[in-house]
Amino acid sequence: MTWVCFYFQVHQPMRLRHYTVFDNNDRYFDDYKNASICRKVANKCYLPANRLILDMIRQFDGRFKVAYSITGVLLEQLLSFSPEVMSTFDALAETGCVEFLAETYYHSLSFLYSRDEFVEQVNKHIETIDSFFGQKPRIFRNTELVYNNDLAALIESTGNFDAIITEGADHILGYRSPNFVYKPQNCNKLKLLLKNYSLSDDIAFRFSNRDWPQWPLTADKFAHWISNVNGNGNVVNLFMDYETFGEHQWEDTGIFDFMRHLPQEVLNHPDNNFKTPSEVVQCYQPVGTVDVPHIISWADIERDLSAWVGNAMQSNAIHELYRLEKKIKQTDDEKIIADWRKLQASDHFYYMCTKYFADGDVHKYFNPYNSPYDSYINFMNVLDNLHSRCSRLPGGEASFPTIKQNTAEGFLGAVSQNENTPDLQPAK
Amino acid sequence: MRIFMLGWEFPPFISGGLGTACYGLTKAMDQLGMEVTFVLPRMVESGYATHVRLLSPSSWTSAASFMFSGLKNVRFHAINSALEPYSTPDVYRRRIEETLRQKQKMHGGTISVSSQLNAGDDYSRDMYSEVHRYAAVAAELAKDEQIDIVHAHDWMTYPAGIAVAAISEKPLIVHVHSTEFDRSGEHVNQMIYDIEREGMERADKVIAVSHYTRSTIISRYGISGEKVEVVYNGVERNGNWSLAETGINTNEKIVLFLGRITMQKGPEYFLQAAKKVLEMIDDVKFVMVGSGDMMHRSIEMAAELGIGHKVLFTGFLRGEDVQKIYKMADLYVMPSVSEPFGIAPLEALNHDVPVIISNQSGVSEVLTHALKVDFWDTTEIANKIIAVLKYPPLQETLANHGNFEVRKLRWKDAAAKCVRIYEDTLVAV
Repeated sequence: MTWVCFYFQVHQPMRLRHYTVFDNNDRYFDDYKNASICRKVANKCYLPANRLILDMIRQFDGRFKVAYSITGVLLEQLLSFSPEVMSTFDALAETGCVEFLAETYYHSLSFLYSRDEFVEQVNKHIETIDSFFGQKPRIFRNTELVYNNDLAALIESTGNFDAIITEGADHILGYRSPNFVYKPQNCNKLKLLLKNYSLSDDIAFRFSNRDWPQWPLTADKFAHWISNVNGNGNVVNLFMDYETFGEHQWEDTGIFDFMRHLPQEVLNHPDNNFKTPSEVVQCYQPVGTVDVPHIISWADIERDLSAWVGNAMQSNAIHELYRLEKKIKQTDDEKIIADWRKLQASDHFYYMCTKYFADGDVHKYFNPYNSPYDSYINFMNVLDNLHSRCSRLPGGEASFPTIKQNTAEGFLGAVSQNENTPDLQPAK
Repeated sequence: MRIFMLGWEFPPFISGGLGTACYGLTKAMDQLGMEVTFVLPRMVESGYATHVRLLSPSSWTSAASFMFSGLKNVRFHAINSALEPYSTPDVYRRRIEETLRQKQKMHGGTISVSSQLNAGDDYSRDMYSEVHRYAAVAAELAKDEQIDIVHAHDWMTYPAGIAVAAISEKPLIVHVHSTEFDRSGEHVNQMIYDIEREGMERADKVIAVSHYTRSTIISRYGISGEKVEVVYNGVERNGNWSLAETGINTNEKIVLFLGRITMQKGPEYFLQAAKKVLEMIDDVKFVMVGSGDMMHRSIEMAAELGIGHKVLFTGFLRGEDVQKIYKMADLYVMPSVSEPFGIAPLEALNHDVPVIISNQSGVSEVLTHALKVDFWDTTEIANKIIAVLKYPPLQETLANHGNFEVRKLRWKDAAAKCVRIYEDTLVAV
């Protein structure tokens, strides 16, 4: 018996506008660009894909199921820019065949830099999902599937979750298969679901690649591969970006047709079925323990953090961001705190990645900047301004320091005179 | 293959990118085993303005032949001529007048008819005649040469290229390092334009230093795109300069402009950006290295902007001084209005100095690890200058990746591509 467990990641960052060192205002985000991208993706992906999934669920009378993890920053944007998408997610939630997962509300890497902030963001996300879709998520997935033993322990200690999801990376599994339920090291109750990256990437990355020997990928071929797991696994975890449908793989690649035929092809085999992550972990006991002392993620071949914090600029930017946490929270100013949190989206650091830059890689397509350097400069200018907003005195008698003083302070304070957190220094 | 190369300047007297490119390319060709006859104009003077020596009338075809140490397969012929790279007709005329005045002094105040004639033999009084006189001398020289292909660099040598190609009945390649539109904006000198256009039309192949220049050649000179190939410049890696102290100790950051101070290089945009930077941060100096017809205007402008004390003009530097200035610099800025290629940023990166370059440059096609701006957007230039000075990780990442990137730009590859173009041309002919 093989179960297919689909989980789709649904996220769009709030992109920054062009912000120079000469700007001195709190309008950091590019509403126009964010709105137009949100509407574009809604029309190309969210609306047609939601409609398709809903049709499938109705057609198979509850035998087709999927899970979503939708970030808070996207929900906010959908509410403002494409509310019609929200109603289609509502309709999906009401079928009872759709599970919603928990993650950090702001799609952040906060687990790595501030545990308090991390827990706050996860709770905020749970509340938001509950209020929109009437479900309290029981499964957790971290931003970019970043994971290690400590994360599992932290998630277990909250008592809110049955399982956690991460990448089925070869180097953590060794000879073992991702197609079983596992248990994280040092956890008692929490279970671990691992992404079958090979079959997931066949859809998410290779689907339209004509150089791939398996092209074109048809639903019956893929269903056959899933059936091959029979006898050597219980569940195939297909985890991918929802934007795979219509955005990463355009409609004319046939991705929607593939999806339309896949449930029938999978269900043709009497042993196969679709299940949500919660159903999977309720039915199966762990077959073993997976030990992940070092951080892993779902990115690239390295499956590490190098796409977000791999170079000196990324590391500097993210450290400077989290170093402001105390000051930001002391202001007790909702707008300042929200702005700070939106800056935590992992996307901002991804834009600064120099790994693929020279090769003109696919990553370019998702990057609103011409170069990683431009993105760093923009981010740091915004951060500098955010910092200056914290320093203004509370109680109306705001001191508006001149730009020059601000900059000098940022210059010395942010970069070189960093007395309490020496590890935040950029690599020399 | 035997190449008759009409080029410019050789070390130690290199005044800009054109000389650097000719030297780099020829050196790499030598290493590829090409036999190069390298012809260049040389003013007959020993470097001191008072010691102008004119050759006798009999030597009107005078061309001194010599070899350059280290280059086995290259023979040089220096033709006496007052042609210089980056010269303009006005500059040329003033220079000749100066030369004649010097000569007049040496000859005791009377300038005889005969000595005027002498001058006319080695140098024509206007640049156009000189370009054509140069062509005649070069053609004379070429008569005795075994040639497979003729390769001419920039417009002053195009007439010579055409003449030599005609006499030897061999194909002509013209190499465009800059066009009149780069040098003069929309106020082109029609005669120079005509010479450039004729050279490109008569050539069997045109080599452009960037796609930026290639598109100018196609759109402004009406040359068929099939004829125009792009060969990017390379950069010499000089890893042997000493890391010894320069003796300069300052807490001030240094932002460098290095190039001819002319309209083409955008010095005024550099100064306007400097003004904006200084509104935000204090401990920074702007150093302008080079000379040119906008130097005085630039000095005045710095004063008018009230930043005179923050801008240093060093004049033209060469050799070790250039190395020193790179070592001191925190950032190199090239706000060129129109730059066919731009070798200087590669040299800056070679010295681990990060660069800001204008989008209106050929070098922006080959560099990814550089900050890029539109030359007119002085706010953005200032924004980027401040960011580099303020955030060490940015400076570090740009310098490290950029330094690595320029290692891939080698003269060897440029020379190999030229050789391939020669071969294609010879097959076609």
